[in-house]
Amino acid sequence: MSGPFAFTLALGDDALIAAQRLAEWTTRAPEMEEDIALANIALDQLGSARLLLTYAGELEGAGRDEDALAFLRDDREFRNCLLVELPNGDFAVTMAKLLALSAYQLPLYTALAGCADERLAAIGGKARKESAYHLDHAALWVKRLGDGTEESHRRMQAGIDQVWPYVHELFAAQPEAPVDPATLRGEFDATVAAVLAEATLAAPQSGWTPAGGRDGVHTEHLSYLLAEMQVLHRAHPGARW
Amino acid sequence: MSNAFQVVAAVVDPEIRVVTIADLGILRAVEEDPVTGRVVVTITPTYTGCPAMDVIRADIRRALAAAGHPDAEVRTVHSPAWSTDWITDAGRAKLAAAGTAPPAPVRRDGVVPLTLSVRCPRCGSPETEQLSRFGSTACKALWRCRACSEPFDQVKTL
Repeated sequence: MSGPFAFTLALGDDALIAAQRLAEWTTRAPEMEEDIALANIALDQLGSARLLLTYAGELEGAGRDEDALAFLRDDREFRNCLLVELPNGDFAVTMAKLLALSAYQLPLYTALAGCADERLAAIGGKARKESAYHLDHAALWVKRLGDGTEESHRRMQAGIDQVWPYVHELFAAQPEAPVDPATLRGEFDATVAAVLAEATLAAPQSGWTPAGGRDGVHTEHLSYLLAEMQVLHRAHPGARW
Repeated sequence: MSNAFQVVAAVVDPEIRVVTIADLGILRAVEEDPVTGRVVVTITPTYTGCPAMDVIRADIRRALAAAGHPDAEVRTVHSPAWSTDWITDAGRAKLAAAGTAPPAPVRRDGVVPLTLSVRCPRCGSPETEQLSRFGSTACKALWRCRACSEPFDQVKTL
C-alpha cells in the first residue's frame, strides 16, 4: 500500500467501519447516557469518514464519490485495520477498542493537521478535537471498570487482552505517507500505559500480531458488517432520505 | 432586494433554534457579485458529523431566494476548525436565556478541558453536576443543577 489515495482511503475506512460498529450499540447500551455517547462518537467517526472518503475519491480521479466508496466496494477492497471490524463484544471490549482507536487517531490527526496536504491538514485539525473527547471518554470507562469491582476488573482486563494483538497493525511503517504511522507508536504507548496503570490493569504482553487489513485481507466479521451497511444502497441505488 | 449578508446571518440553527448561524460562528463569509447578483455563502460545521448541515444549506438557499437572490451557492470549509470561542456574546446570551449553558473559553494548550463549574442557566447556581458527557446534539452535554434540580444542556467547549 502506498500513495496518498491508499493512505486516505485506509483512514476513511477505519472511521467508517468504526462508526458502523459503534452504531450497533444504539438502543443496546448499558445505560441511556452511554447509548447517546456511543451514538455521538459513531456520528463523529462517520463525519470524518465522509470527508476522508470524499477526498480519497478525488485523489483516485476515477469518479467515485463517498457513497460509491462506502457502499459499492466488497470486503477485499476495504483498507481498514482489523481492530475496527472486530465484533463489539461486551461493553468492556468496546471500551478497550475505543481506547486503542482514539489513542491512535488523536496523534494521527494531530500530525495530519500539520502536514503539507491542505485537505488532510484541514480534516486532521477538525477531527483531532473530536478524538480528544473520545479518548477522554474511553479512558474514563477503562479506569472506572478496571478500578471497580472484581468482576468489572476481570472483564476490563479480558477486553484489553483480547484487543491488544490488533493494535500493532496500526503502526506498520509507511515512510512515504503524509504521516508515517510508525512515528505515532511512542505517544500511543505512553497514553495507554498511563490509563492502564490508573485502572490497575496489567499491561498486555506482546505476542500474536494479526494484520492484513491494509492489504484488504480481513477477518470473517467484515463481510457481515458490510452486508448490513450496504444492503439498502445496493437494493435501491441512489436512494435518498 | 435586501442585503444578502443580513438575510443569511438571520438563518436560524435548525437544532438550537434560539440562535442564528451567525451567532454560532458557523457562517464564515457571504460574497455577492455586484454584476451577476450571484451569492456565495461559506459555512463551517461545528462537528464533522453534524447532521444539521444539509438543512442549514437548504435554509440558506431558501432565505436568499425569498429575499430576491435566487442564484446562490453554499460552500463548506473545514479549516480553520470551528471553535466554541466563535460563538458571539449575543449568541451566548441567547443560549443562556433559553436554558442552555454557554461553553467555557477554550484553553490555549488545545486539550478539551472538563469544565469545573458550569453555572445553572436557570437559577445561576454553580452547584451543578454533569449527567452525561454527550447530549441531545453533537455539540452538547447534559447537566443538572443541585440547587434547583433542573436538568440543562451545555454547549461543550471545543
